[in-house]
Amino acid sequence: MAVESTAAEALTPPNPLRLLWADFSTNRGAVLGLALISLVLLLAAGADVISSHDPMEQFRAHVLQSPVWAGGTWEFPLGTDDVGRDMASRIVHGARYSLFIGFSVVVVSLAVGVCLGLAAAFMGGIVDTMISRLMDLIMSVPSLVLAIVVIAVIGPSLTNTIVAVTVVYMPRYVRIVRATAQAEMSKDYVTASRAAGVGPFRLAFVTVLPNCMAPLIVQAALGISDAILEAAALGFLGLGAQPPTPEWGAMLSSAREFIQRAPHVVTLPGVAILITVVSINLMGDGLRDALDPKLKRS
Amino acid sequence: MLAFIVRRISLTVPTLIALCFLTFMAIRLVPGDPIEVRRGERGISPERLEFFRHELGLDQPVWKQFLDYVWSLMHGDFGISIISQDSVLHEFLTLFPATVELSLFATLFAVLLGVPAGILAAVKRGSVWDHGIMGVALFGYSMPVFWWGLLLVLFCSVQLDLTPVSGRIDLLFYFEPVTGFMTIDSLLSGQDGAFSSAISHLILPAIVLGTIPLAAIARMTRSSMLEVLEEDYVRTARAKGLPPWRVIGLHALRNALIPVVTTIGLQGGTMLAGAVLTETIFAWPGIGKWLIEAIFRRDYPALQGGVLLISTLLVIVNMSVDILNAAINPRIRHGR
Repeated sequence: MAVESTAAEALTPPNPLRLLWADFSTNRGAVLGLALISLVLLLAAGADVISSHDPMEQFRAHVLQSPVWAGGTWEFPLGTDDVGRDMASRIVHGARYSLFIGFSVVVVSLAVGVCLGLAAAFMGGIVDTMISRLMDLIMSVPSLVLAIVVIAVIGPSLTNTIVAVTVVYMPRYVRIVRATAQAEMSKDYVTASRAAGVGPFRLAFVTVLPNCMAPLIVQAALGISDAILEAAALGFLGLGAQPPTPEWGAMLSSAREFIQRAPHVVTLPGVAILITVVSINLMGDGLRDALDPKLKRS
Repeated sequence: MLAFIVRRISLTVPTLIALCFLTFMAIRLVPGDPIEVRRGERGISPERLEFFRHELGLDQPVWKQFLDYVWSLMHGDFGISIISQDSVLHEFLTLFPATVELSLFATLFAVLLGVPAGILAAVKRGSVWDHGIMGVALFGYSMPVFWWGLLLVLFCSVQLDLTPVSGRIDLLFYFEPVTGFMTIDSLLSGQDGAFSSAISHLILPAIVLGTIPLAAIARMTRSSMLEVLEEDYVRTARAKGLPPWRVIGLHALRNALIPVVTTIGLQGGTMLAGAVLTETIFAWPGIGKWLIEAIFRRDYPALQGGVLLISTLLVIVNMSVDILNAAINPRIRHGR
C-alpha cells in the first residue's frame, strides 16, 4: 500500500505553485522582500485601526514636533508636520495611496498590454505595424516627460496620475506579450490546436497566453515599484496627488522648505518610499530567478 | 553596413512624424484655448478675433494646420514662448548645455564607480563584496531621485556646509557664456575660484542624477563579466599562465564591456527624466527645470517644442547607439 501511494505521488506532476515557492524561497532576499511588502500591505489595509490620529487633523499646538527618538512624545511617535498633522498616521495612510497607484497601474497596463500584444502577434500586418510603431513612439519620449505632458492635458490629480503612469509603462507589457506570443506561435502545439479547429480568440487567450505569463509576471512585479516611484515623482513635482492628500511624494514636496528646521518631515516619507520600492524589487528579482531561468542574473 | 544604416534611419522617420503629430495634438487637447487666452477678461471685437484666428492659422482645416506645423518645424521654427516671447528653439539651445554638462558628469560618476564595482562583484562572486555591492546597487536602483537629492542637500550642504545648495556657480562670478558649459567657461574666464565654484555646484546634482545609472551599470557589468569569465578564451588565457589582472582587465573586460556600453548609451532617456527632478531640486537652469516651469506657467508652446526636441534627440541617440553596436558587432547587422 505504502509503496503504491508513493509511486502514485511520484507520477503526479508536482504542483507548479509549490515548485515556484521552492525556487523562490531559496532566495533569502526575495523572501525578505515578500515579508516586508506584506507588512506594508498590512499597514495599508489596517491604516484606520493602526493610526492614532486622523491623517488630516491639524494639532496647531504641536507644529513640526520631533519624532520620539529626537525628543518628541509618544502621542506623535514620528513627529508632526508643518501644520501639526501626525506623521505616523500620514505615512501609514500614504502606503494606501502608493500601493493603490502601483497595483492599479500594473493591472490596467497588463490588461491593455495583453490585448494589444496578442492583437499585434496574431493579426500581424498593418495592425502589428500600427501597434508596434505606437509603442515605439511612447517609448521614445522620456518616461517622466511623457507623464508630465499627459498630466498637462488631463490635469493633476490622483486618478490622472494613474492614467499618466499607465500610458508611460504600457509599452513594456505590449512588447513582452507580442515577442513571447510570436515565439510561441511557431511551436507545434499551436499548429496542432489550429488544426484541431480552435478559434482565434481561444487560441490567443487560452492556448498561447498562459505560456507567455512568466516574463509578464516578472515585469508586472517590478512594474509596481516603477509605478510607485513615478507617481511619487509626479506628486513631488506638484503634478500628482494634491495636498493635503497624504501621498508620499506630495508630502515630500510640501515638506521641502522645512528641511532645516525639522529634517524628519523630509526623511520619513522618503524612507517609506525606499523601503516599499526596495522590497518590491527584491521580491521581483526572486520571482524572475524562479520563473524565468533564462533571465537569471548570474 | 550601409544597408543597415539606411534601414535603421528609415525606421526612425515614421517615429519622428508621429512625434510631431503627438505634440501637435497634445497642444490642442490642453485646456485653455489660445484665443481665449489672448482675449483676456475684457473681450475683443469680432474683427480682432478673426484676425487672431487667421494669424494663428486656426481658420484652416486641421490637416493643413498640421502640414504648416511640420513645415515650420523643418525650418527650425518651434514656436514662440508665451512667457519670454523668445523663440522656443533659442531658449532650448541656451539651456541645453547645462543639462548636457550635468548629464555628462553624472555619466562619468556612474561609469567610474559602476564599472569597477561590477567587475569586483563578478570576480569575487558570492563573497561579501559581491553581496555588498549588489545590495547597494539594489538601493540605488530603487532610490526616489528627488528624495535622494534632498537628503544629500541636508547632509552635505545644510549640516556639513560642504557644497552649495543650488545654481551652477556663485553669484560673485559673472562672464558671458562661450560654450555653455560652466566648467569650461569658468576656466576660460580666468577668474580666481570660478572653476572650483562651478565644480562644487556640480558635484551633488551629478551624484543624484548618476545614482540610478550607476546601479544599472554595476549590475550590467557584473552579469556581463560573469558570462564572459565562463568563456573558453578566458580559460585559455588563464591556462597560458597570464596574471589574473591581465586575464580580467584585458581578455575578459573588453568583451564584457560591449553590453555595458549599450546600457550607458541607452541611459539617455533615464538621464533626461532624472534631469527634470534633479534640476528642480538644485535650481539647475537646464531643460528639465524649464519644462516644469513651462507647465506651471501654462507656456504650452515651450512645452510642445521642448518635448518634441527632447524626444527627437533621444530617438537620434538611440539610433546612433544601435548603429554603433552594429558597427562593433557584425552579428547584429546581419541578424535580421
